[in-house]
Parts: sequence; structure tokens; C-alpha cells
Amino acid sequence: MDQEPVILALCCHYCAYAAADMAGSMRLQYPSSVRILRFPCTGKIEVNYVLSAFERGIDGVMVAGCLEGGCHYLEGNLRARRRMERAKQLLDEIGIGSGRLEMFNLSSAEGPRFAEIATQMHNRIVKLGLSPLRRARSEVLSGVAVMAQASAAAIAGETK
Amino acid sequence: MIVADRKKIPEIRDMVCRHKRVLLVGCGTCVTVCLAGGEREVGILGSAVRMSLKLAGHTGVQLDECTIERQCEDAFIDVLAPRVKDYDAICSLGCGAGVQTLAERFPSTPVYPGLNTQFIGILESQGVWTEKCLGCGNCRLGEFAGVCPITRCAKRLLNGPCGGSRQGKCEVDADRECAWQRIYDRCVALGTLEQLDAIAAPQDWSTGIDGGPRKVVREDQCIVGLGPKA
Repeated sequence: MDQEPVILALCCHYCAYAAADMAGSMRLQYPSSVRILRFPCTGKIEVNYVLSAFERGIDGVMVAGCLEGGCHYLEGNLRARRRMERAKQLLDEIGIGSGRLEMFNLSSAEGPRFAEIATQMHNRIVKLGLSPLRRARSEVLSGVAVMAQASAAAIAGETK
Repeated sequence: MIVADRKKIPEIRDMVCRHKRVLLVGCGTCVTVCLAGGEREVGILGSAVRMSLKLAGHTGVQLDECTIERQCEDAFIDVLAPRVKDYDAICSLGCGAGVQTLAERFPSTPVYPGLNTQFIGILESQGVWTEKCLGCGNCRLGEFAGVCPITRCAKRLLNGPCGGSRQGKCEVDADRECAWQRIYDRCVALGTLEQLDAIAAPQDWSTGIDGGPRKVVREDQCIVGLGPKA
């Protein structure tokens, strides 16, 4: 169990999160290594937040936003893509490798696509191996809980 | 403002790796505006350098972060001073002036630069900064319709343009505007084209950095009895 990767799926409320919900309703299978965190928009996700995930020993991060042109906030997903490119560049410089981070675009109607990209990301991380900064599984999961608080705060700020 | 950009993570890591406790200090002024060394960038670089240190086997290095309002003025460093005694080294995300002000304030603490200071410039468009002033100490923008040929002409021509002006672009770099085309266009717009008939006198370079580090002294602002050193 300790060798199973922990992957964060940072999902936009308006697309990927609904798609993940649909994947569940459709009883589609995807790896349990993927932990879903909900954001009001992928444009809310800072480079710092992504790096802090890796610093906590998380093995991979997938950012899932709306289809290009379909952002609820017009261009949040486009900004997110540029930010993730920068984060990838930093991950290469750090030595973790940019392959552990990926951005995907999908619509809320694409439950099967969510299961597909979650599986794709899981397989990629399995191939890369656990993060070189990996900690004990319990510590990593505690880190996920802290990251979840930040995403919950982002959602709360959005709905106030 | 002063424009800077960050150094590569391995370069910063290799500077600080031999210390046990390192404080990464951001600056809330120019480098915050040019997105190189403000609070957000300190958070990003802090996280990145910590991970890089661990991966390189330097597991014993503690790297903490803070940002002060301004690094290049001693009074603003007062808030930082009580923390510094707890650290073996500082990595500054300020400009070169900030790094040196910290180094002077904390003589027994090594101070390393986390940024490469580039130039005095402006925000041209979001994410793009361009150089506008060389700090030559002898401003002649009035002669050149508000466009500095010393900074913006690749050849620093005071009597331009040269033969390499190509449809408003510079022959040195096709993406760079020809400063002399800009000067000409501005003079046309201002109705002052005849001022370009005069031969511009050679620049007095003794006021520039080539004469050594410069100093501006305002006697009326100096504290009486203490002089410019106070």
C-alpha cells in the first residue's frame, strides 16, 4: 500500500468535478490513487499551490479545467495552462521532473473522459515511480488534507 | 522601476547549500511589480529551492521565507533585523541595491542574490518589460522628443538614424523598435522636426557609471552636523 502513488486531481467546479461525479454515477472505474480537490476555477490554482503539493511528497498532480473557450470565468483555464507550464519548468529545474504535472481540459458531460485521464495520469506516475520527495503514506495523506482545506477555502470564498 | 528576473533554482541551491539556516527575503517594491521577488515569488522559489536542496542531499538546510516592504532603505530593514540573528545566511530576492543594503546592514551574515537585476524599465504589456533608461546621469530626453537613443538605439547614436533602420525596426534585432524612427515620428507629431537639424553634441560620459559609482547628495536634506554620511 505504501508503494501506491498519491495523485491530486485539482478539478474545476464547472467541468472536471462534475465529470468526476458523472464518472462515479456511471460506475466507471479509475485508480484510487487519484484524490479529487474542487476549485471554483483552475484559474484559482497558483504555481505555489502546485509546488507545495510536491513538497508534501505527493507523487503527481493533474489539473483539470474546462474546454478552451468554455471557461465559466472566460479565461481562467487559459491562465491555468500558462501557470502550469511555468510550474513544469520549475519542476524540471528542481529535479522532480515536469512529467509529474499535467493539465487536461474536458467538459462536465465527459464522465468517461475523466476516468480515462485519471487512469492515464496514474499509469504515467506508476511508470515514473514514486516521487523522490515521497514521505510515509500517512504523512502524504495528511498533506492532502491540508491541501484540501485550501481548496475548500477557495470554494467557500467563491460561494460567499 | 528596476526590472529583474529570477536565477535558476540550481544556482540558488548551490549558493545556499552549505548553510544550515537560510532566510529567503523578498522585497515589496520594484521586484514585486515585475513579478520577480515579491511575496508570491518568495513562496514559489522557497518551495522550489527547499525541494531542490533535499533532492541534492542537503537535507539539513532549513529555508524560511519573509518579505519586507523595501530592501534598499535601512529603515525598512529594521523589521527584518530581529529575525536575522537566527539564520546563517540570507538569500535576497531584491535587486542588486537590496542585496548590498542587506549585506551592509548585516556584516556577519552572508547575503546571496536570488535574482539577476536587469535594467531600469517599464511594463510594456502584461508579462513584458523593456529597458528605457541607462541612468547615464545626464538626461537629454528633451533633445530627442522623449525617446532615449542612448538606451534604446543599439548603437547609442546621438545623430541617427543609421542605415540599418528597417521599416521602423532595428537591424540588430528585427523585434526591436528603431529608436530613431520613434524620435522622428514623435518630432513629426509634436511639430518639432526642425530640432533634428541640429547636430547633437557628444555625450558627457563622465556622469555615467564609467566614472565609478555615483552619489547624489542633497545638503539641505542631510542631518545637520552628521553630513551626507548620516
